[in-house]
Amino acid sequence: MDVRAQISMVFHLDKCIGCHTCSIACKNIWTDRKGSEYMWWNNVETKPGTGYPTRWESQQEYKGGWEVVDGKLRLKSTSKAQIIFNIFHNPSLPSMDDYYEPWSYRYADLFNAPESDDQPTARPISMVTGDPIDIKAGPNWDDDLGGSQIYAANDPNLESLSPEVRAQLQAIERLVFFYFPRICNHCLNPACVASCPSGALYKRGEDGVVLIDQKVCRGWRSCVAACPYKKSYFNWSTGKSEKCILCFPRLETGQAPACFHSCVGRIRYLGVMLYDASRIEEVAKTPNEGLADAFRGIVLDPHDPAVIAGARANGIAESMLESAQASPIYQFVKVWKIALAPHLEFRTLPMLFYVPPLLPVMSQLKDGNVTTVNQNFFHDIEQARIPMQFLGNLFGAGHVGKVTYALRKQMAVRMWRRAVTVGDITRDVAERALREADCSPDEAEAIYRMSSLANINERIVIPPSHREEAIEMMADPLVHKQSVGFGFIERPERGT
Amino acid sequence: MLLLAQTAPASPSFLSNLDTLLFAVFPYVAMAMFFLITISRYRSHPFTYSSLSTQFIENRQHFWGLVPFHYGVIAVLTGHVVAFAIPRSVLLWNARPLRLYILEVSALIFAVLTLVGLIQSIHRRLTSSKVRTATTPTDWIVLAMLLFQLGSGMYIAVMHRWGSSWFATSVSPYLWSLVRLNPDISTIVPMPAAVKLHIISAFLLIAFFPFTRLVHVLVVPNMYLWRRAQVVRWYRDRRVRSSQ
Repeated sequence: MDVRAQISMVFHLDKCIGCHTCSIACKNIWTDRKGSEYMWWNNVETKPGTGYPTRWESQQEYKGGWEVVDGKLRLKSTSKAQIIFNIFHNPSLPSMDDYYEPWSYRYADLFNAPESDDQPTARPISMVTGDPIDIKAGPNWDDDLGGSQIYAANDPNLESLSPEVRAQLQAIERLVFFYFPRICNHCLNPACVASCPSGALYKRGEDGVVLIDQKVCRGWRSCVAACPYKKSYFNWSTGKSEKCILCFPRLETGQAPACFHSCVGRIRYLGVMLYDASRIEEVAKTPNEGLADAFRGIVLDPHDPAVIAGARANGIAESMLESAQASPIYQFVKVWKIALAPHLEFRTLPMLFYVPPLLPVMSQLKDGNVTTVNQNFFHDIEQARIPMQFLGNLFGAGHVGKVTYALRKQMAVRMWRRAVTVGDITRDVAERALREADCSPDEAEAIYRMSSLANINERIVIPPSHREEAIEMMADPLVHKQSVGFGFIERPERGT
Repeated sequence: MLLLAQTAPASPSFLSNLDTLLFAVFPYVAMAMFFLITISRYRSHPFTYSSLSTQFIENRQHFWGLVPFHYGVIAVLTGHVVAFAIPRSVLLWNARPLRLYILEVSALIFAVLTLVGLIQSIHRRLTSSKVRTATTPTDWIVLAMLLFQLGSGMYIAVMHRWGSSWFATSVSPYLWSLVRLNPDISTIVPMPAAVKLHIISAFLLIAFFPFTRLVHVLVVPNMYLWRRAQVVRWYRDRRVRSSQ
């Protein structure tokens, strides 16, 4: 057992209102620099939809993630031998056209245009070339199912669905969607790290944040191709790759990352999970059917004395251990089992989990009324407006079992709370629903509390990283005395 | 120099001084600049070491420029290094005409490959507005220098046959004399102007190298083939460990 700590995340999709506040918070802090205008380290997609970059989930096209070949784990995009031949031209690299060409508007024209019979307009201009452009698409072009015949219909998760089911999804009276906010998953088995020829990408031992060392990156672009979630981006101006840094300067002082802090719907949870690093390869090789269970198995119980001893032996700080024991993520993922990893079949072992959305699934219109309780409690889930197979493809590595379990439990919690607060469902019925959903009244209360009442200190439980000690360990703190602070700090400008 | 010699009856001492300056002094200046500036740039501005790829903003023409250019230029440069390092073996190889033709023709093929790639790269930078945005003045100078170097080299290969043999007998001893810090330019002085220009512009390119994107040649990944898949950095106790 090799105990390590990982700052992990849960996004509660039922609470996401698709407002993009997270994206804007991130953009304003990190990606408004030259060359990074097209990047959205945090983006919010409408599902079904093609996402950003377009159809990123289709690895037949993008070649991201891992595959198991002859019992060995290998990157889909490249191999150690191939990388020599692919270094001049990476065949799996998406281009800016797969994302979008960033633009602004020539607002000054509104004021400076000469007097005429026509209203002055602000023409869109490319933020790359500065020339006027015709806008073809943007990062959330299909928001709220806009143009869904073109976008939603091409969602890669729909490919395994029967034509009838797909047609149902397109019927206007059954239209349904939910939001899917995405950031870097800070995976346990990151494909980006494994693909970097320069060794510029790394996972921080202390908290598992995956970073790109900007001084070591040489712009070989392998990480962009290898990440199946397309969360590593190439800065065309500086010639370096960039990605979500989980706002580590904030994390290190015990603050939530900007996207978490700004989340209006309070959908984001952050906490520590302990895992067994010696089992990463074994878990990543598990066949799809058992992948979700194996992945849960790698997460260790922070109250187990053996785990605590192992953590201490590995130098995990006490504050980190305390956070792991109070972790909301551990509850969601391991205890309640209602948070699931997206596209586990990419085998990077993502540490961002999603509570699958129940609301668009549940609200069925029958004879003009929204039905609430059926004798068969979970009938509505099987008859869901969102086909279960679609959610299974997204959160269950192609299998619906874990998704159904999570939705049934959420539904039972709602019935329970309905019985407690409204009373139009009897306690007996609610308790039976809980039993059938593998839940107890106590657990239902806990899920209810964490889902709806938890304040920021309950949702975000992270320790400061003892940076003060770390820096002294790393380097002489006086090494920069009298040397920096007067223009000697290098600006991230394109080299020659 | 040829022009100088024809138009003005310059004194022989001036010409020989110029030859000494260009072929015995300048190479050392160029090499000194190459080593000192690349190292100091690597140490003080590591951020600027990058391939500065533009594949992300233009992915179609990129293949037809960058791939032939790189394979071509690597082969051509390897040829120069081999002729410099083992001139005797090259001469022995060239003793049979058939083998000489094979060597010369394959060298020319790689040169053509490089030329195709280089012209395509220049064309791409001129026609794609996005790539043009990401091109610095230095990039244009580098492309022009490379084009001149390649053009003069191909001219020599075609007009002054057989380069692989006389390189081994005349240029290689000169280069070795530079290495031995005892420059002997007697074999270079009588060379045709094209050859002299090719040598001078090569040293110019070496001198200019540290200021350009060409430094990416020095940071080609070499450890990747041997390192473990995952990289973990520990800050707390400076342990640098790898897993998996």
